[in-house]
Amino acid sequence: MGKTVELLEAKGIVKTFPGVKALSGVDFSVSAGEVHALMGENGAGKSTLVKIITGVYRKDAGEIIFNGKSISPGSTLEAEQCGISTVYQEVNLVPELSVAENICLGRQPKKLGFISWGGVRKRAVEALKRLELDIDVSKNLSYYSIAIQQLIAIARALDIDSKLLILDEPTSSLDEKEVAELFKMLKKLRGQGLGIVFITHFLDQVYQISDRITILRDGGKVGTFEAARLPRLEMVGRMIGKDPEQVKSMEKKREIRKVAGKEFLKAEGIGRKGMLFPMALEIREGEIIGLAGLLGSGRSETARMLFGVDPSDSGKLSIGGADTDISSPKKAVKNGIAMTAEDRKVTGIISDLTIRENIVLALQARAGAFRTYTLKEQYALADKFIKALGIKTPDADQLIKNLSGGNQQKALLARWLAMEPRLFMLDEPTRGIDVGAKAEIEKVMDELCEKGMALLFISSEMEEVSRNCDRVMVLRDRRKIGEISGEDISLQAIMKMIAE
Amino acid sequence: MKFLKIQTRYIPLMATAAVFALLYIIGLSSFSNFGSLGVFVNLFGDNAFLGIAAIGATFVILSGGIDLSVGSVIAFTSILIASLLDKGFDPGTAISISLLFGICFGASMGCLIHFFELPPFLVTLAGMFFARGLGFLIHPQSLGIKHPFFLNTVGDSLPVKLSNGVEIPFTASCFIAALILALIIAHMTGFGRNVYAIGGNEQAAKLMGVRIGATKIMIYTLAGFFSALAGVVFTLYMQSGNPSSCVGLELDAIAAVVIGGTLLSGGVGYLAGTLLGVLVLGLIQTLITFHGDLNTWWTKIVIGVLVLVFILLQNLVTKMTKKRIKST
Ligand SMILES: Nc1ncnc2c1ncn2[C@@H]1O[C@H](COP(=O)(O)OP(=O)(O)OP(=O)(O)O)[C@@H](O)[C@H]1O
Ligand SMILES: [Mg+2]
Repeated sequence: MGKTVELLEAKGIVKTFPGVKALSGVDFSVSAGEVHALMGENGAGKSTLVKIITGVYRKDAGEIIFNGKSISPGSTLEAEQCGISTVYQEVNLVPELSVAENICLGRQPKKLGFISWGGVRKRAVEALKRLELDIDVSKNLSYYSIAIQQLIAIARALDIDSKLLILDEPTSSLDEKEVAELFKMLKKLRGQGLGIVFITHFLDQVYQISDRITILRDGGKVGTFEAARLPRLEMVGRMIGKDPEQVKSMEKKREIRKVAGKEFLKAEGIGRKGMLFPMALEIREGEIIGLAGLLGSGRSETARMLFGVDPSDSGKLSIGGADTDISSPKKAVKNGIAMTAEDRKVTGIISDLTIRENIVLALQARAGAFRTYTLKEQYALADKFIKALGIKTPDADQLIKNLSGGNQQKALLARWLAMEPRLFMLDEPTRGIDVGAKAEIEKVMDELCEKGMALLFISSEMEEVSRNCDRVMVLRDRRKIGEISGEDISLQAIMKMIAE
Repeated sequence: MKFLKIQTRYIPLMATAAVFALLYIIGLSSFSNFGSLGVFVNLFGDNAFLGIAAIGATFVILSGGIDLSVGSVIAFTSILIASLLDKGFDPGTAISISLLFGICFGASMGCLIHFFELPPFLVTLAGMFFARGLGFLIHPQSLGIKHPFFLNTVGDSLPVKLSNGVEIPFTASCFIAALILALIIAHMTGFGRNVYAIGGNEQAAKLMGVRIGATKIMIYTLAGFFSALAGVVFTLYMQSGNPSSCVGLELDAIAAVVIGGTLLSGGVGYLAGTLLGVLVLGLIQTLITFHGDLNTWWTKIVIGVLVLVFILLQNLVTKMTKKRIKST
C-alpha cells in the first residue's frame, strides 16, 4: 500500500488478568488505508488487545497513540468518539430489541430532542444496504440467524464515521457469499483511507484481504509482516511456534481405517416435513463420517434430527439393532449421542461456572443426583481434558467467561467428551479454533474413534471434511444425494457430486 | 403465518387486555350500574398512586433490577408532607421537598448499586427499612391534614368536569400525566432505549457504548421520583399522612407490572401493559367492593392466581419464540 502515516500506534501494551499474563509489552500499529490482520492461536491475546484499544479493559502499562494524539478511552463510547469502531468477537447485540434499534442504539436520529423512529428505520435500512442486506428491520434481532446477526453487528460498526475499524472474527458464521460482500465493502473503505484491523482463523481470508499481518503468540508479539512476503506455512509456523515442516505434516490426510466397527445406528427413510427429505443412513462404531454440502443443504438439520431437536416424522431408526425413536435431545443423550451445535453461546456454555464445573455438569446430569463425583475426581477429569485439548488456562477453576473465544469452544467439547458418547456430532467444531488446536482436536477425536466412538463431522470447509473422514455423506437442497468412502474421498470428488 | 409471527411478542399484552375485558364484562353482567363512566373514571382515581408506583417499577424491572422501597417511600412522603404542612409550610413547598427527597433517595440507591456492584434486591431492601423508619422518626402516628388546599381545592376546583357531570378526579389526572411522561421517556429518548438494552443484555449494551453506570443511577433516580410522586398522590387521596401505610405496596406494583406482560428478567415489556395490569388489579378490587359480601382477601387470592397464570404464559411465549427462531 505504501502509506506511511501510522493511524494507530500501540506501544508496550501490558495486561495481566489474575493468573494470566494476557499481553506482555505488545507493539501494534495500523496505517490509514490498510487492512491489518491480527493472527495468533486461541488465547494469544488478540481480543484482549482489541478490548484495550477500545476501552473495554484498562491497560496495565503502555501507550496508545491514535491520529497523532495519545488516547486512553475508558469505554467503548469514548473510543467511538475518537473514531474507533469495533465489532467484538461474540455477537454483542441485544436480542430482544429490533434490528433497527440495535443498529442505532446510542445514536438514534432525533427530532426536537426526541427519537425519530422513521429516522431510525431509515438509517438502519441504509446501513444494511451497504452490506447488500435487505431484511425487515422492525423484527427483533433474535428472529434472525447468527450469520445475519453478525452482519447486523458489522453494519452497526460501519454506520458511524470512523477512522479505524476493528473486526474481531467477523466472519465466523458467514458463508462465502456474505464474506465476499463484506470484503468488497472493506476494500472500498480501505480505498477511502480507513484503517482496518481484521482477526480471523480462516487463513485463506487473511491472504485475500490483508496488507500486513501481525502475529501474536502467548501474549507477546512475534512480528509484523507484509502479507505478500509471508508464505502460509511460515505464518502458521510462527503462530504456533513450530517450523514449517512440522506444520506440513499436521495438515496431511489421516489414514483411513479399513476395519469398520459394529453397526451403531441405522435409519431408513427418516426425514422431517419442510426441513429434510427422507434419507437412509448408517453409522458404525469408530467411524468418522463427514456431512458435506453447501450452506443450507441440510447439514445442520440432519444432525439436529438425529439429536432429537427437530425429530424426524417419518421412517424408522434403530440403535444397536433395537428399534427406537429419538424424539428429544434427552432421549438422544440416553442413547449415547452427543452434539455440539453451531453457535456455542446458544448451546449453553454456562459462563459463570468454572471449567471444572462446566465439564462435570453434563456428566452429573446423566448420572443423576445420587452419583456424586468427589472433588478429586472432578479435578482429575478437568485436568485430563485441559491437557488433552490444550485448553489455555491457569487452572481448572477459571471461569469459562474469562477464557478466550476459542478456548471456550474447547471447554464445550470437553463437556460432551466427558460423557464418553458413542456417537458425537460436531457442527462446525473448528470455527474460531486456531490451526494448532484444530490439529490437536482432530487427534483427540481420532483416539476416541479408535476406542469405538463414532463421529459425525460437519464443516463448511470441505477440505477439512475430505481430510478427516472415513466416509462422506453429500447433501444438496435438503436431500442426501450420495456417499463417498475410503480412498475415493477427495475435495474434487465431493465438489463434483454437489455440482452434478 | 407471517401475521402470527409479528404477534407473538404482543401475546402477554393482549392476554392482559383480554383479562381486563373479561372482568369488565363480568361486572357489567352482574351489577346494573357497573358500566357507568363514573365507575371507570374512579378506577383511575382510586388506583392512581399504585399506578404511578408501578410506572416507576416498570423502568426498574425493564432494566433487569427490582425496587423494594416503593411502599416505604410512599409512606415517608405522606408523613413528610403532612408534618411540613402542620409546621406551616405551603403545599407547593411541601410537595417539592418530598419529590426532591424521592429523587435523592433513588439516586443514592442507584449509586450504591452501580459503584459497589451490589444487587438491587439488597440495596432497595435496605432502602425499604430505612425509609420506613425515617417516616416514624418524623411522626409516629397518622397525622391529618387541615390545609384548605388539600381539603377543598383538590376536591373542588382541580378535577376536570366533563359535560355529562362526571368528574375526573385530580389523582386520575396525575396518573395519566405520569403515564404520558413515562411513555415519552421510555419510547422517545435515548435513555429509555438504553433501559431496554441493559435489561436485554447488559454486557452487549456496554460494548455498544451504553453508559451502564449513568443509566442505572438514572433508572433508580426515576423510580425514586415516581415513588415520591405516588406518595404525593396518595397524600392528596387520603388527606393525611401515615408512616405505617402502604406496607407491601411495592409487591402490588410488581404484580401489576408482571400481569402487564413485562418480563422479570428485563428487556421486554410495555408501559401500556403496566397500565392494563394496574387496571386489572383495580377492577378486581371494584368487583369485590360491588359484591359487598365477599371479603377483600379475595382480591389477594385472585391477584396471586393471575400473577401465576401470567408467568406461565410468558414462559410459554418465550419458548414459542425460541422454537420459531430455531425453525427459521
Ligand atoms: N476477563 C478475563 N479474565 C481473566 N482472563 C482473561 C480474561 N479475558 C481474557 N483472559 C485470558 O487472556 C488470554 C488471552 O485471551 P484473548 O481473548 O485475548 O485471546 P484471543 O487471542 O482472542 O483468542 P481466540 O482466538 O480464542 O479468540 C487467555 O488466556 C484468556 O484466558
Ligand atoms: Mg478472541
